[in-house]
Amino acid sequence: MRGALMTLAVMSVGMAALWMGTEGGRVLTAEGARRLAVSLDPRPLPDVPLQDQRGEALRFSDYQGQPLLVEFIYTRCATICQSLGESFAQIQERLPVGKGAKLLSISFDPRDQTADLLDYAERNGARESLWRIARPSKDADLRTLLRTFEVTVIADEFGGFEHNAAILVVDKDGRLVEIVDHQPVDKALEALWTRS
Amino acid sequence: MDAILNPPARRSLSPALLAAGALYVALAVPPVRYGLESTLIGHMMVQIPFLAVCGALVGSKFSHRIGPYAIPLLLVAVFASTFWMIPRWLDAAISDPVWELAKFLTIPALVGAPLGASWSRLSSVARGFVWANGISMIWFLGWLYVAAPQRICNNYLLNQQVDFGYTAYVVGVALVLYWVGRCLFGDWRHEGNISNVP
Repeated sequence: MRGALMTLAVMSVGMAALWMGTEGGRVLTAEGARRLAVSLDPRPLPDVPLQDQRGEALRFSDYQGQPLLVEFIYTRCATICQSLGESFAQIQERLPVGKGAKLLSISFDPRDQTADLLDYAERNGARESLWRIARPSKDADLRTLLRTFEVTVIADEFGGFEHNAAILVVDKDGRLVEIVDHQPVDKALEALWTRS
Repeated sequence: MDAILNPPARRSLSPALLAAGALYVALAVPPVRYGLESTLIGHMMVQIPFLAVCGALVGSKFSHRIGPYAIPLLLVAVFASTFWMIPRWLDAAISDPVWELAKFLTIPALVGAPLGASWSRLSSVARGFVWANGISMIWFLGWLYVAAPQRICNNYLLNQQVDFGYTAYVVGVALVLYWVGRCLFGDWRHEGNISNVP
């Protein structure tokens, strides 16, 4: 009898622990947890100073009143970042008229300088009025960005990086409200319509 | 008189406990820890099982004291090991020192020790159940990691994920061979007598 009662107790506690550990059965991965957390609880962006591909200063607050799509990239990327650039290039042509939506690519690679960002912009056909490529000027600011957006960067085996690449949707009030896959681009466009 | 007829049990440091301690320290030192955690195979197939072994070595010293609680203890091990198989928490152990500590504490204490303590008190039916479910879980994990179209863990590369999946298949097969081998050729006469009837 004692064994049976203890079994019951363990099952209750164990299932509760697994329930909490999966956000109610909804999330198994860190990326899933990030996306769920953001969509349930939009978060304000850190006011870190950035520098764009022309060397001009910019901040997230410059985009106040406009929805913004953000991507974290690095310019030396040969593979997935190419497709990240392609995604933004496609979205650039299909931005909803009248919403004033903008695109912002942020490099997390400290080696990327202004010239690298400009090269990236030109390679991907970025139109400066719509899509800017930026970098944080200080390492501490980079860490703040990576922490707020929950971007995890690891080294890949080819001298580059692997990271949880996605499109980060920021609403008109400057809050991160949703995170979507960068392909198909319809997801990001839809998020622009519905969440911003 | 009583002290002569029933001398208190000699409390000496058994080799098993020393081995557990040495293994734990070896797993915890930074070079080994980072080395194992740098690949999914090292993390999930080596570090975590050996952390459980540390706990099991200690737990087995207490199997005579667990009373009717063998099954609940087994369930503790099942739930705790399931928790650490969730990719999110594997990632958390790498990204967050708090979770790393939690892993180093809970895997020996909640996976290894309960398993070690309860194993000798489980009936062969219960043991068979654990083997069969454990092996199928490992195969399922292997399939999941091989078949997943994208990275499951933020801290590991896609090819590491796939390598782990295939390794899990192989380990599953090895365990099946071991288990079946023991069933067919092992000393079944003694195993069948160990039961936990309340």
